[in-house]
Amino acid sequence: MAALNIKKGSNSHSAYNLRPNFSDVIEKHTLAVVVDNEAGVLARVIGLFSGRGYNIDSLTVAEIDHAGHRSRITICTTGTPQVIEQIKAQLGRIVPVHEVHDLTVEGPSVERELALLKVAGEGEKRVEALRLADIFRASVVDSTLKSFVFEITGTPDKIDAFADLMRPLGLVEVARTGVAALSRGA
Amino acid sequence: MTRQMTGAKMVVQALKDQGVDTVFGYPGGAVLPIYDEIFQQNDIKHVLVRHEQGAVHMAEGYARSTGKPGVALVTSGPGATNAVTGLTDALMDSIPIIVLTGQVPTFMIGSDAFQEADTVGITRPCTKHNWLVKDTNALAATLHEAFHVATSGRPGPVLIDIPKDVQFATGTYQAPVKGGSKRYKPQVKGDLDAITELVAALETAKRPVFYTGGGVINSGKAASQLLREFVDATGIPITSTLMGLGSYPASGANWLGMLGMHGLYEANLAMHGCDLLINIGARFDDRITGRLDAFSPHSKKAHIDIDPSSINKVVRVDIPIVGDVGHVLEDLLKVWKSRGRKVNREAIAKWWTQINEWKKVNCLSYKGSETTIKPQYALQRLEELTKGMDRYVTTEVGQHQMWAAQFLGFEDPNRWMTSGGLGTMGYGLPASIGVQMAHPDALVINVAGEASWLMNMQEMGTAVQYRAPVKQFILNNERLGMVRQWQQLLHGERYSQSWSESLPDFVKLAEAFGCKGAKVDNPKDLDDAIMEMIKYEGPYILDVLVEKHENCFPMIPSGKAHNEMLLGDADTQGAIGAKGAVLV
Repeated sequence: MAALNIKKGSNSHSAYNLRPNFSDVIEKHTLAVVVDNEAGVLARVIGLFSGRGYNIDSLTVAEIDHAGHRSRITICTTGTPQVIEQIKAQLGRIVPVHEVHDLTVEGPSVERELALLKVAGEGEKRVEALRLADIFRASVVDSTLKSFVFEITGTPDKIDAFADLMRPLGLVEVARTGVAALSRGA
Repeated sequence: MTRQMTGAKMVVQALKDQGVDTVFGYPGGAVLPIYDEIFQQNDIKHVLVRHEQGAVHMAEGYARSTGKPGVALVTSGPGATNAVTGLTDALMDSIPIIVLTGQVPTFMIGSDAFQEADTVGITRPCTKHNWLVKDTNALAATLHEAFHVATSGRPGPVLIDIPKDVQFATGTYQAPVKGGSKRYKPQVKGDLDAITELVAALETAKRPVFYTGGGVINSGKAASQLLREFVDATGIPITSTLMGLGSYPASGANWLGMLGMHGLYEANLAMHGCDLLINIGARFDDRITGRLDAFSPHSKKAHIDIDPSSINKVVRVDIPIVGDVGHVLEDLLKVWKSRGRKVNREAIAKWWTQINEWKKVNCLSYKGSETTIKPQYALQRLEELTKGMDRYVTTEVGQHQMWAAQFLGFEDPNRWMTSGGLGTMGYGLPASIGVQMAHPDALVINVAGEASWLMNMQEMGTAVQYRAPVKQFILNNERLGMVRQWQQLLHGERYSQSWSESLPDFVKLAEAFGCKGAKVDNPKDLDDAIMEMIKYEGPYILDVLVEKHENCFPMIPSGKAHNEMLLGDADTQGAIGAKGAVLV
């Protein structure tokens, strides 16, 4: 996707003229979509993905500018370069969508996700869970004599790894927020 | 200018301020306040339809024939759901229409109230944008924005859902602001570098072809003028999609005819053999491209489109130009002229020699008959007898539609109204009424198949009520012709449910509606029957009994390339493989 050469800070309105290379390789992209915070806008975005058969790996949305009525939707999606280009162009068509950023190609970016994991167990397993949590810099936000709830922040990969380790130690429940992402630098 | 008024009055005021002269609609509980306001004014004509789908198709016909947005007004619940087909049709064909729906009062939304439906939810995927207005103070601005969104950029249908209490309540009316909405501003000017790149490619191309679509017509009459100037100055052959017919005149020297699944042999082979393909306002639809990996294999491709998502959607292009067709054509001409009006005349002359060879195949030829009216013959006669007239043509969907596209010639844009993308049977009759409302003195003909026509035949009542002298030219083969053709070619001649049993007597039906009808089944009587239809001052149904088993050719079977066209019944044996059969 380096061939795309999208300028940093470009949005859907300037990404039209790109000449994507049409490979069949499925790529993972993180898109940041700035929208008017109005009724139904999330349904429009989600409906676009389901209606046109695109994938959503994760999606987060929250208001980012109360006075300006703006929300930011972060979508992790997968597809061939052609499909990814289509997704961006289709998002750009939605009337309340103001900006579409492809953080995966617009330069370096940071991605973080928060997860809560409930681990139940006693004895050595409980001690091991706590030890691993310490290594992963997960913090304990709730504790009983038979369980912990850990809070962990990091990339989705890190959370996957932590969850995998907790599974044999008595993982009972996971709640994840999905990815929030920003480009690096000013 | 701001003033206080009820929401219902705002609706009427906003329509007036937007220059609307005609509204197609059907009243119901949730729009009664608006109907009350309509009753108390004379500036806007309301056309009472017989079914809400008809209202939306009429608005489409009005819009396509005038270039102005069409307006429909329907009630909540079933009124709104009945509008869905028309909205989807308008979305697929990029037709600017505004549909106003009533809604149950805001305090009852979500309670499964009588005639409540989640209208914005249902119509979200079939509108360009839609709004539920919960505050009367926001109503005027929303209405104006709706007109702006429907008509700017790639046009399309919009819907405004107005709860009944919002119609009753009083609020502040705002007049439209110049320049429309701040938040929706599509790019209209094309990138000059890309335009220059296209000009450079055009200067040296040996076998160039223009492939134009509905975007030229949507861009306005000026775009068609620029296209004509450009095509005639360069001498490059031009073909068009179903939606784009009329943007370049059918009598023009460079015209190849329609391309695509039932397009002309010379047009499709030109697409296959060209070295520069210039797509202007078309979208590489699957009816056009045939098998994608064999589509125009040797060409450099340029694509001018106002919608960035059209570019590289199905066909990868080398020179993408995002912008309004009219603006881009203007720049294109300017750059081409400033660089010395160059084209490779010698090579293009050779290209024409080749194309003229293809033309000799005479792909629209068919076996005539002394005793039976061939549908192609019926359309040839219709063309011959009406071509000089101030004529607008609508169609239903099916074989007759393709024959109409092949045999009727369109000299100007906005003269041809047909359901392209969605392929909506039942489109033509209401659309013809919409066209007639906009052009009261013109000759408006709906070329129909009997099965399609029956889908919205209730609208004959509308035509009679408003004395809209629409001519229903029904090619009656007592079959779902296109379905039957596919079953013959693809399903071992098992004609499952594809005949029209128990058809009405269309002449008596016309009488029942209070208009005139006639039947013709002999080729010798056809001319007189057509002339009678044209001369009659009022709505007219001409039931033309045609050959029942005629197939529509040329045909690119599903899953095949442009150069694998079938030219007649002799070509059809085993023409479509299992892979093609799964395609539509």
